[in-house]
Amino acid sequence: MRDTAAVEVAGLVKRYGNRTAVDGLDLTVERGTVTAVLGPNGAGKTTTIETCEGYRHADAGTVRVLGLDPVTDAAALRPRIGVMLQSGGVYPTVRAAEMLRHMAALHARPLDPAALIERLGLAGCGRTPYRRLSGGQQQRLALAMAVVGRPELVFLDEPTAGLDPQARRSAWDLVRELRADGVTVVLSTHFMDEAETLADDVAIIDEGRVIARGSPEELCRGGAENTLSFTGRPGLDLASLLKALPPDTAAAETAPGSYRLTGTVDPQLLATVTSWCAQNGVMPDGIAVERHTLEDVFLELTGKELRS
Amino acid sequence: MNTENTGPGTYAPAPGAAPLPRMIAAQAALETRLLLRHGEQLLLTVVIPTLLLVLFGAVDIVDLDGEGGGGGERVDFLAPGVLALAVLSTAFTGQAISTGFERRYGVLKRLAASPLPRWGLMTAKTCAVLVTEVLQVVLLTSVALALGWSPHGSPLAVALLLVAGTAAFSGLGLLMAGTLRAEATLAAANLVFVLLLVGGGVVVPLEKFPEPVRAVLELLPISALSEGLREVLRDGAGMPWANLAVLGVWAVAGLAAAARFFRWE
Repeated sequence: MRDTAAVEVAGLVKRYGNRTAVDGLDLTVERGTVTAVLGPNGAGKTTTIETCEGYRHADAGTVRVLGLDPVTDAAALRPRIGVMLQSGGVYPTVRAAEMLRHMAALHARPLDPAALIERLGLAGCGRTPYRRLSGGQQQRLALAMAVVGRPELVFLDEPTAGLDPQARRSAWDLVRELRADGVTVVLSTHFMDEAETLADDVAIIDEGRVIARGSPEELCRGGAENTLSFTGRPGLDLASLLKALPPDTAAAETAPGSYRLTGTVDPQLLATVTSWCAQNGVMPDGIAVERHTLEDVFLELTGKELRS
Repeated sequence: MNTENTGPGTYAPAPGAAPLPRMIAAQAALETRLLLRHGEQLLLTVVIPTLLLVLFGAVDIVDLDGEGGGGGERVDFLAPGVLALAVLSTAFTGQAISTGFERRYGVLKRLAASPLPRWGLMTAKTCAVLVTEVLQVVLLTSVALALGWSPHGSPLAVALLLVAGTAAFSGLGLLMAGTLRAEATLAAANLVFVLLLVGGGVVVPLEKFPEPVRAVLELLPISALSEGLREVLRDGAGMPWANLAVLGVWAVAGLAAAARFFRWE
């Protein structure tokens, strides 16, 4: 069972009335990785995650989490996963530290709640009732509740929505620490930078389907072309440069002395270009690499802005 | 518990559920604390029953003289009714409102993803209700004794009635909490509380109502509980089987309907 993927979703379909929220979705999450499920509102991110958490029955397809069926094997699965809902989940009158201590008490070998409170910057409001916490503090408490039971796998639904930049970085650090300690993380987000910096693997979801899949680098490389530009003396022999480069690379002198290469711009390409320049006695001034962000990729794939 | 606060390995997976009794005890303790900390709940469960007992015990507002006349006899009539009201306030009104809002705020949903099974959560809720009721009974009994109450009958019969009443009201309260919107539950649970306070033999004797109305009122769970407690505590009767049967029917119907129709989200 150790060898199975952390999450295996195949052909998942989920309908609400006559609206199809998830429409034949496939998703595999390897153990020990951080996977970001990226998509606009209404794309089916939450429905997918909540099906993995055992909240919803699939209308079609199969879902396995840690090798178990989230609905029929719920009793065996729940102690092993950590869950952060998109919102709510806490008694309005309970104190922050009290709620976290309670979640810890439901587990066999929990983290020290006080240390976790400290770690997430909630030490100053441990005795504050939940409803008086700021949105960001509520989010951080929910995050703490997801990890306090020392789970193998955590599902974080929009973990940094509503956090200020500092709290956001602190939450990101926590996700990195989880990964370093061998916890598998599945998070949904509509922040591109979050997916780009945190995720080993990104699944872009739109209208209930995975429309692109890969590491952030692969996705940025795969979609739009990236460019490398520099200036040098006019009339360089681009044909000889291209011979040294991968076949999918194109080169042009866009203005006398201004050069632009398009294709797969990676460290190898950059090294090849600069060494070619060195061999030919060219100083590549203003050398600039323009790589596409996930945001560009997403726009190209869906024709939609993410934060709609 | 892990003593290392930071550093590599802090979050290394070590999953597992706590033992069931520990989970249920923790959940029950938390819910009891929250209940006792909640101002509006305390008004309902402690302040109103106590005030009614003191006020109606001291002054003959609803003409209880037909029930016997003197202050001591008024308390003998009132104390069982107020005990029934205490069960109603905690098992029905309080539980319906708090559970309704827990559903609304996603607490039930979040707990459903924790190692605590659903039946464990419901057991814990029942324990929290019972603990609160014990505190209510101690308080109201002390006040009633101070007002000159002289209870009779078997404590076992009283306990059985209180438990049957708790089961009946819990079923109805959870049915409401699990099917209506939280705001609707809040309004309806309070309304039912007031209606049953007036029409359930709590402070107004059922004999004051016209016969056909009275026949219907006697079938209400609150009437069965208050009249049953009165038969035992005031009149020294044995086991009031008819009242227990009424409560039993409500309990079975209410709990079955709650189990069938309760929506967790």
